[in-house]
Amino acid sequence: MALAGTPQTVPDIEAFLEQDQRKDLLRFTTAGSVDDGKSTLIGRLLYDSRGVYEDQLAAVQRSPVNRSSGTIDFSLLTDGLRAEREQGITIDVAYRYFATPKRKFIIADTPGHEQYTRNMATGASTADLAIVLIDARNGVLTQSRRHASIAALLAIPHIVVAVNKMDLVGFRADVFESIRQEFAGHLKRLGVTGARFIPISALDGDNVISRSPRTPWYRGESLLEILENVPVDGDRTRGSMRFPVQIVIRPDSTFRGYAGQVVAGVLRRGDPVMVLPSGRTSRVKSIVTWEGELAEVFAPMSATVCLEDELDISRGDMLVHPAQAPRVSRHFEAALVWMNEQPLRLGTPYLLKHTTQQLTANVTAIAHRVNVNTLAEEPAETLELNEIGRVAIETARPLFFDAYTANRWTGSFILIDPIGNSTVAAGMIQEPRRQAGADRAARSALLDLEFQASRPTPAERFARAGHYPAVIWLTARRDLAYLLERQLFQRGCQVHALAEDVESRILPELAALLTAAGLIAIFSVSGPDAEELERARAQAGSDRFFHFDAESLAASDEQAAHQIMAALEDRGVLLKRDRFTEAEGI
Amino acid sequence: MTPRLTHLRLLEAESIHILREVAAEFARPVMLYSIGKDSSVMLRLAQKAFHPGKIPFPLLHVDTGYKFQEMIEFRDRYTREIGATLIVHRNRRALDEGANPFRLGTEKCCALLKTRALLDALAEGGFDAAFGGARREEEKSRAKERIFSFRDPLGQWDPKNQRPELWNLFNSRIDKGESIRVFPLSNWTELDVWHYIHLERIQVVPLYFAKPREMVVRGETLIPVEHDFPLLPGERPRLVMCRMRSLGCTYCTGAVRSEADTVPKIIAELVGLRRSERENRVIDHDREGSMELKKREGYF
Repeated sequence: MALAGTPQTVPDIEAFLEQDQRKDLLRFTTAGSVDDGKSTLIGRLLYDSRGVYEDQLAAVQRSPVNRSSGTIDFSLLTDGLRAEREQGITIDVAYRYFATPKRKFIIADTPGHEQYTRNMATGASTADLAIVLIDARNGVLTQSRRHASIAALLAIPHIVVAVNKMDLVGFRADVFESIRQEFAGHLKRLGVTGARFIPISALDGDNVISRSPRTPWYRGESLLEILENVPVDGDRTRGSMRFPVQIVIRPDSTFRGYAGQVVAGVLRRGDPVMVLPSGRTSRVKSIVTWEGELAEVFAPMSATVCLEDELDISRGDMLVHPAQAPRVSRHFEAALVWMNEQPLRLGTPYLLKHTTQQLTANVTAIAHRVNVNTLAEEPAETLELNEIGRVAIETARPLFFDAYTANRWTGSFILIDPIGNSTVAAGMIQEPRRQAGADRAARSALLDLEFQASRPTPAERFARAGHYPAVIWLTARRDLAYLLERQLFQRGCQVHALAEDVESRILPELAALLTAAGLIAIFSVSGPDAEELERARAQAGSDRFFHFDAESLAASDEQAAHQIMAALEDRGVLLKRDRFTEAEGI
Repeated sequence: MTPRLTHLRLLEAESIHILREVAAEFARPVMLYSIGKDSSVMLRLAQKAFHPGKIPFPLLHVDTGYKFQEMIEFRDRYTREIGATLIVHRNRRALDEGANPFRLGTEKCCALLKTRALLDALAEGGFDAAFGGARREEEKSRAKERIFSFRDPLGQWDPKNQRPELWNLFNSRIDKGESIRVFPLSNWTELDVWHYIHLERIQVVPLYFAKPREMVVRGETLIPVEHDFPLLPGERPRLVMCRMRSLGCTYCTGAVRSEADTVPKIIAELVGLRRSERENRVIDHDREGSMELKKREGYF
């Protein structure tokens, strides 16, 4: 331990500071009840890594309640509130801190009872790793299953299963092995891969800090080694860039910066960005911080971004790369952890807080409730305190989001009771389901439809309409889509725009149908989907298909509409205006 | 290679996020400025959060009248230097009635001159959010406090009825008269704070640095001689090489014997000594769980 020595001279401390400065940070969560040794394990980690201060120890030793017979009751170090000390249980989430020469650690320590599911979810929400404790004497109990389920639901990247109290089963390999096999099955059903199993004795310290000679059959790392070596936050900078605007900074008329935290990906000076919900685009002029301008910022840095164009941007908007738009919709499905004594009411407005925006939302349906112990899907009319369910949500305005599994920060939300102001639920947005009841039937019928050539020929249709059919494919340019529809309509074209919440899977088929009917179809899709794009191009015919990505279009809707009109004329879909009038004159 | 933030830069980014959320969502935020090292770090983070703009809320110092003179001098000079708006509040009535720690005992004195004064100042200013520099590591009951900590109209904290706080989504909804205490430094440790002060070259009150000071030595405790501190028979102040580990009122802030006269030396002392920083604060020892009791009543 680097902290063990007492640096006497300034050069020593400079070296210490050098090393301390390079540390990263791992957040992990533990869950458990009175008897499974969780508090003992945490106390051991804090104590052995010298995170426990001498005088806090002294206070424990003179405390009137002392639960165990040993010299130091580690759990008294960690249970904070008077009520908890009196009842001997851990009620809430408590945060603990310790450090080794490699890393700083934050522990979210939560109770394990079923009635504390919400606390477990809270602790899990920011964790990089979960330690699931199993008492070697009792084998796999409901509580360990529940903790693993919540860890999986909250998408904690790493799971470590610590089989504790190995001292009480004589450090037998077969006991450990049978628990490992049983629990691995549960983890597999949860879709958790790469979980690690470790035999420990928190009380005696076996395999906690260093490998124990009492488990020669165990070849893996000690718990602390795992905690020190597991990769953290690696994926956050690789994902699509997301920058929710927190506040606009305008000290004077010459400076306008958008302050926020990069919640995923990397943002560089000069990058093209698209602003949601407007869909307008610009470039990053500068990235401003107190230290000076930066060439790039990455997740999870806080920064202030200035753009080249003057756009109307405010809190709740989000900057993204134009080629990496998130989903934009008023409807989505989510896993919901209910956290309030008042059960969920369907169809009642709640406030939904997502990134930096807050809007009104309804839960429109409950698909099912998840039994957090067995993972069984059960029918449910409502969700009660500590219950988890899959629900459908409708928001008053479109939300821009990613699936929680792809991005924890743009895929999560909380629900707030607008009257009592409490936080009533935590939600994780799910990937759109490929099938959902009646919707699915209608959609597959459409997908299965084979369009037959209609009897009027394209030439006849052209003679009547004065233009050829076409598909115009835009990304997140709803306003532009409607402007263009209006302009084409005023020119006498047969036109139809689809720009609200379009399910991109059916667009290729719609493209085929609408062009067969001689129409100009304008689609504004929420995000890029190369596969659907190419299918639509094939369905409509590439000479009739106009794809405009964000970078090729002007930010202003008027200018962009003008560009698209010119393209339609160039490719002969529309007659050029002058020729058109000439033709009329004949 | 994937870019990676060090623990201090991660903590910084998280704190800046919190500061901005509050500035964006509350009508009248205020920052409790206690002049100590944690306040100094919080203030720097606020400068960073709103750069190149000014800090968009005032600072509030609750002056018990029993602070060190050096603290008051530092407060006035430093806040002027960085162009911050400073509000100073005292419980005049209690002071006029002669409230002091020697007569009332520390528990009652603290209730009047700190807790009451703070609640009055918040009510007077109509503040709906107040930043505090408290850290979860400092004390056991703080370990469970939320970053956004809800207070009822009387300023009280209900530890059993806290709002769940997930991801980086903070619930800032309150009704009239209610308020939120916000702790941007929740996840910082004492070592983090000193290391950040070192890295960022942040100015702190000179009382943190060791030098010979006039002290009354009472058992293990060193008590500064200021504000007419009553001596016991036979007691007499001595020059002791010492420094303050945390800053409060002169009577309640015990000093520690130390040679550390620079920030790196303080850090060296910290990692070598490993004693909890509030240990020298007389108030925390009044009763076991005393901090939790004070917090329930409205103390920071």
